[in-house]
Amino acid sequence: MSIWKKALATAAVATALMTTTAAAENVKIALVVKALGIGFFEAAAKGAEEAAKELGDVEIIYTGPTDTTAEGQIEVINSLIAQGVNAIAVSANDKDALVPTLQKAMERGITVISWDSGVAAEGRMMHLNPSSNALIGNTIIKLAADHLPEGGDVAILSASATATNQNIWIEEAKKVLPNYPGINLVATVYGDDLADKSYREAQGLMATYPNLKAIIAPTTVGILAASQAVTDAGKIGEINVTGLGLPSEMAGAVASGATKSFAIWNPIDLGYAATMISYNLVKGNAKAEPGAEIGMGRMGAAKLDDGNEAAMSDPFTYDSSNIDQFKSIF
Amino acid sequence: MKLLRQRETLLALVILASIAVIATRFPAFVTPHNLANVFNDTSPLILLAIGQMIVILTKCIDLSVAANLALTGMVAALMNGAGVPLPLILLTVVALGAVLGAVNGLLVWKVGIPSIVVTLGTMTIYRGVIFLMTDGKWVNAHEMTDAFKALPRHVILGLPVMGWVAIAMILIFAVVLTRTALGRAFYAVGGNPHAAVYAGIDVGRTQFWAFVISGALAGLTGYLWVARYAVAYVDVAGGFELDVVAACVIGGIAIAGGAGSIWGALLGALFLGVIKNALPVVGISPFWQMAISGTAIVLAVAFNAAQSRPKGRIILREASQ
Repeated sequence: MSIWKKALATAAVATALMTTTAAAENVKIALVVKALGIGFFEAAAKGAEEAAKELGDVEIIYTGPTDTTAEGQIEVINSLIAQGVNAIAVSANDKDALVPTLQKAMERGITVISWDSGVAAEGRMMHLNPSSNALIGNTIIKLAADHLPEGGDVAILSASATATNQNIWIEEAKKVLPNYPGINLVATVYGDDLADKSYREAQGLMATYPNLKAIIAPTTVGILAASQAVTDAGKIGEINVTGLGLPSEMAGAVASGATKSFAIWNPIDLGYAATMISYNLVKGNAKAEPGAEIGMGRMGAAKLDDGNEAAMSDPFTYDSSNIDQFKSIF
Repeated sequence: MKLLRQRETLLALVILASIAVIATRFPAFVTPHNLANVFNDTSPLILLAIGQMIVILTKCIDLSVAANLALTGMVAALMNGAGVPLPLILLTVVALGAVLGAVNGLLVWKVGIPSIVVTLGTMTIYRGVIFLMTDGKWVNAHEMTDAFKALPRHVILGLPVMGWVAIAMILIFAVVLTRTALGRAFYAVGGNPHAAVYAGIDVGRTQFWAFVISGALAGLTGYLWVARYAVAYVDVAGGFELDVVAACVIGGIAIAGGAGSIWGALLGALFLGVIKNALPVVGISPFWQMAISGTAIVLAVAFNAAQSRPKGRIILREASQ
């Protein structure tokens, strides 16, 4: 794997070197994602490109490791520092592991923000949450509860046990559980964002909890694998799979009925907003400090809280009524 | 040979014992239906372990099997999207897998590069090719036809087709390895390459065929995997090659080549399969799961080493006296 990673990094360096000579004036913004080849992040990159086009003098470097590891991201970020990019916007695989590398980047005058999955406060200037964490935590429980008027057992199938964003959402979800009488959270398991492990964990949940009524997967890989496992077990209608997914990937599950509804924020908007914020910070149009408002183009303005965090927008719910409209977009 | 057979009986007993322990905590695990599921779930591992075992017999190793699986699986998914009929897809994936294996084989045979280096390289190349073909895009369930997804999960006599494919391959290769000239050549090449040359066996060519077989099996598994999980992307089966090697090692296949049986590979794969399927239902923290799998591997290797050690020592002692 590491050879492939190095080859990618070299390719990224080469591209950057070639483009530097072509347009020396451009603001170079690196969008570092958890791993390349994940639909959600590909869509975010699309949004970043859209922002770059709108701004004119921006060049986007879309990069990341090939698997979801912090070490891979550190390698990528080190090569970005060497290239002398103006800004790094990262969705972190680990909250703390990236901090030293990102601090090094900030010491070199690079604007560092995190988006989607956050970095600890000392490793970035600000963090852009796709939505407020409390709202997401509430949404994932509500998605399950909406289809369980009588209540029942639900379980959570998460990504890796160390994923920053999933853990926060699950924490928030547990806080609002008392508001949903009858909804009984029986287990939280981890599929590590691997299709086969998530599938096996979903099978395990069905075997362990015969009265299970819903599986909540706040990750795009997990929700897909769980709906496949439910379909294969012949439990469509009995167990509802819900959580966070992408319309393009979930269209099949919604059509088969394994998933009645799911939610997500628009990843294109998220990549767009992260780029706009990076640009404004690089240009000095705004400062990352509590209470500040930073422009996000067509998405309005991000208002920073005491921890220098901001929320972009509300998660949007998809079901059979609107999925066809969105499945070709992201 | 007698020793080997003992080791396999022992491994079978260990598997039965662990199933019994699991049953005390989770009785539903031992229902015939669930055991069939576990076997079915382990089938990809069994298929790849058969190929890996043959490669290891010839003193080589194939680290590219999981990447080969991912690439052929993606090709199968893309062909399905293009409307190619299923029998043609099956032929293509097996042929493509064999070609990818042949690339490894030729580099080992004709260029003489150590297999671990060759397959480490092709492993990343094959994954890279998927990325180039798709730009990192996924092929999802609704982009695959129902027939494409249905084949591996079609149930015959209580076991899905995927499980039957694994059984068929075990039987075929059990015969190949024990009753054909090529099968015996695999053992001869790994056991004593010099003696094999004097016996008229081309060592390089034999290793080449081992890689072709391993590749073809990975190609077949590629289709089964993608159709079963109904999703194809770059990272499919990431790191799975290590599970495959682990299954062989646990199954008592000598990593130095020349010794081991297909039943060992089967039992090694089943052992890992039982653990992987049991850990989620027994409710063990995810942080412990990897540690438990790892410990099992180390114990198996330590046991194998301990078993093969006294033989050599006794001979040396007698010689020195």
